[in-house]
Amino acid sequence: MSAEQKKKIPRQPMPEQEAKVRARNFEEVPYGYSPEMAMLEASRCLQCKKPKCVEGCPVNVKIPEFIGLIAGGDFVGAARKLKETNALPAVCGRVCPQESQCESKCVVGKKGEPVAIGRLERFAADYERNQGAVTMPAIAPATGKKVAIVGSGPAGLTCAGDLIKLGHEVTVFEALHKPGGVLVYGIPEFRLPKAIVQAEVDYLKGLGIKLVENFVVGMLDTVDELLEQYDAVFVGTGAGLPVFMNLPGENLNGVYSANEYLTRSNLMKAYLFPEYDTPVVKGKRVAVFGGGNVAMDASRTALRLGAEKSYIVYRRSMEEMPARNEEIHHAEQEGVEFALLANPVRIIGNDQGWVTGVECVRMALGEPDESGRRRPVPVEGSEFIIDVDTVVVSIGNGPNPLIPNTTPGLELSRWGNINADEETGQTSRKGVFAGGDIVTGAATVIMAMGAGKKAAAAMHEYLMGQ
Amino acid sequence: MNRIVAKAEYSREPAVKMMQIEAPKIAAKAKGGQFIVLRCSEQGERIPLTIADTDPEKGLVTLVFQEVGKSTAMLGQLEVGDEILDFIGPLGKPTHMDDYGTVLCVAGGIGIAPVHNIAKELKKHGNKVIMVMGARTKDLLFWEDKMRAVSDELYITTDDGSYGRHGLVTAVEQELLEKDRDQGDINLVIGIGPPIMMKFVAKTSEPFGVKTFVSLNPIMVDATGMCGACRVTVGGKTRFVCVDGPEFDGHQVDFDELMTRQRIYPEQEKASLELFRQKQQGCDCGCGCDNGGLS
Repeated sequence: MSAEQKKKIPRQPMPEQEAKVRARNFEEVPYGYSPEMAMLEASRCLQCKKPKCVEGCPVNVKIPEFIGLIAGGDFVGAARKLKETNALPAVCGRVCPQESQCESKCVVGKKGEPVAIGRLERFAADYERNQGAVTMPAIAPATGKKVAIVGSGPAGLTCAGDLIKLGHEVTVFEALHKPGGVLVYGIPEFRLPKAIVQAEVDYLKGLGIKLVENFVVGMLDTVDELLEQYDAVFVGTGAGLPVFMNLPGENLNGVYSANEYLTRSNLMKAYLFPEYDTPVVKGKRVAVFGGGNVAMDASRTALRLGAEKSYIVYRRSMEEMPARNEEIHHAEQEGVEFALLANPVRIIGNDQGWVTGVECVRMALGEPDESGRRRPVPVEGSEFIIDVDTVVVSIGNGPNPLIPNTTPGLELSRWGNINADEETGQTSRKGVFAGGDIVTGAATVIMAMGAGKKAAAAMHEYLMGQ
Repeated sequence: MNRIVAKAEYSREPAVKMMQIEAPKIAAKAKGGQFIVLRCSEQGERIPLTIADTDPEKGLVTLVFQEVGKSTAMLGQLEVGDEILDFIGPLGKPTHMDDYGTVLCVAGGIGIAPVHNIAKELKKHGNKVIMVMGARTKDLLFWEDKMRAVSDELYITTDDGSYGRHGLVTAVEQELLEKDRDQGDINLVIGIGPPIMMKFVAKTSEPFGVKTFVSLNPIMVDATGMCGACRVTVGGKTRFVCVDGPEFDGHQVDFDELMTRQRIYPEQEKASLELFRQKQQGCDCGCGCDNGGLS
């Protein structure tokens, strides 16, 4: 096929559950490509000699190679190619912001729509898993070095996967009862089925990684105590401290942090109550404060829990919203309403201590601030009330303080994040590396994985030089 | 792991039970005032319970709990030899230990158990411990001997007068603080029990200006600072009980908010417990099938 012919093929849409139906169930929204769709989409790739897409990927996935394999019908080969650099392709294919990473650099996208790299990644990984064709890669001879990984989220799992392949003994400590970090407690089932996370974790276990759940590092063993038993430690504890707005009424019943709302629903399966024992308030009218991906997840979860109205309350306009376009689009399709240029100033409650409404003020956009987004300014006297019985605060997360507070000599930023070298993850403490949200503040799954990869390389060098 | 090695029932209505669990690492680390989180089954909730005692040599952690909902009822049905699926800890900050001089401990209901663990450590730090322990009625009192062993003075109250002094723990607290007003020996009050009791323990000590610690027991989920479910207002600021507590200055705590927040899920809790009880009773058909009596 010539380049001209290739350019005539339209980007293949992803079949998905109908919006009205899916807004009431927790099943995954997109169905994924069929092999025919995947091959057609893959044939759109120009196989650039100097692929820009790879530069746009934080873990440098060999994109033209794996897409070439799909185009040729070797789906399992494509999955293995992906796994050479990416330990969690079925996850990344679903939750990576491809449009601002690999796909934003795609040459095909200059004049039309870019190749659907993310959807193809998902296809290859799913195909391999569904076929039962997952094989284990070669593992280097044992080095005799032992590594402890704190946190089993994307950063920790990636770091663990790379280190075990290099021949080190790897133990991952997880505070919760299930591994996966934000992938299991934060991202909802309808966007990332938990069985997929479990399969990826099982793959890593198959490589020989030891997983210790229910182990809170900092409380049971400190980082210093781990250093007595291990040659190096990687800290990937994430952004696990909810930020509240300090609004009057924020501690009323029916007000949740996004973390709590999503943890109850995802990890604890509150949507299956009373089959599962953890309850959640199934509000009829829910307001979610914030405009990120987590806010979209919360507002869509609210619908699935039975809300008649689910609002996103965001202080800027749609244009500045940090969530992925796809997530905003999915939320809109499902019936989430957007109260834009509105800022909550007070949560109103009844005499029983329950939320009855949110008072907001209209905002106007001024000049761009340090974040590059236009600064919202309240419009005087424009207060209005939205009647709601549930509020979810989703304006971000701070660094979880358990490790910073229990590791003397660990240098922190003024926000409490761990200071670590961007290229190596090296912290101020010898043998202690860190990466992911605990270093950068809340970011994306793939950024955390990139940090885990870089740290693994640096830790390998450190361990072998010991 | 997490095997139950001993179990006792302290009272039936309401059911208060004691369990000793094999958890050597936690037993070695845990200090007075800290808690654990446990989960009994794959469908179960994560529930926090304060550690009542530890035996580091034998690697045992002791819990005392009251069956109030489905999760504690399920825990109560486990027997010696059974394992608890998830057992996480120690969590929370330990009680700050110091040579305070004299410490007045006020323990109510199942609050007796955590106070015991704290008093034991206070003694080790050279403190004189005055203990007031109380319950609604005589049958609900437990650990009188254990408490006596860690106290220099012990006072017992029951609300109905069936044992010890007739009345509330706060009446004795009031008397002891008045008696001490001139000496000023009591430098700390520790009050643990139901929130309403802790509220009044703090209110009683406030006019005397004696520092008062209370141990809060709000709803939690992850209990590692991640979810914010356990937030309370202390001194006008929002704090997370799981990582900032569980102990706070009782004179600063907004108890009314705490009590309101503990009642977020009354209907769900009731429904869940009823369903559980029905299933326990088994099927109507008498064949032993798992119909759960729900048909």
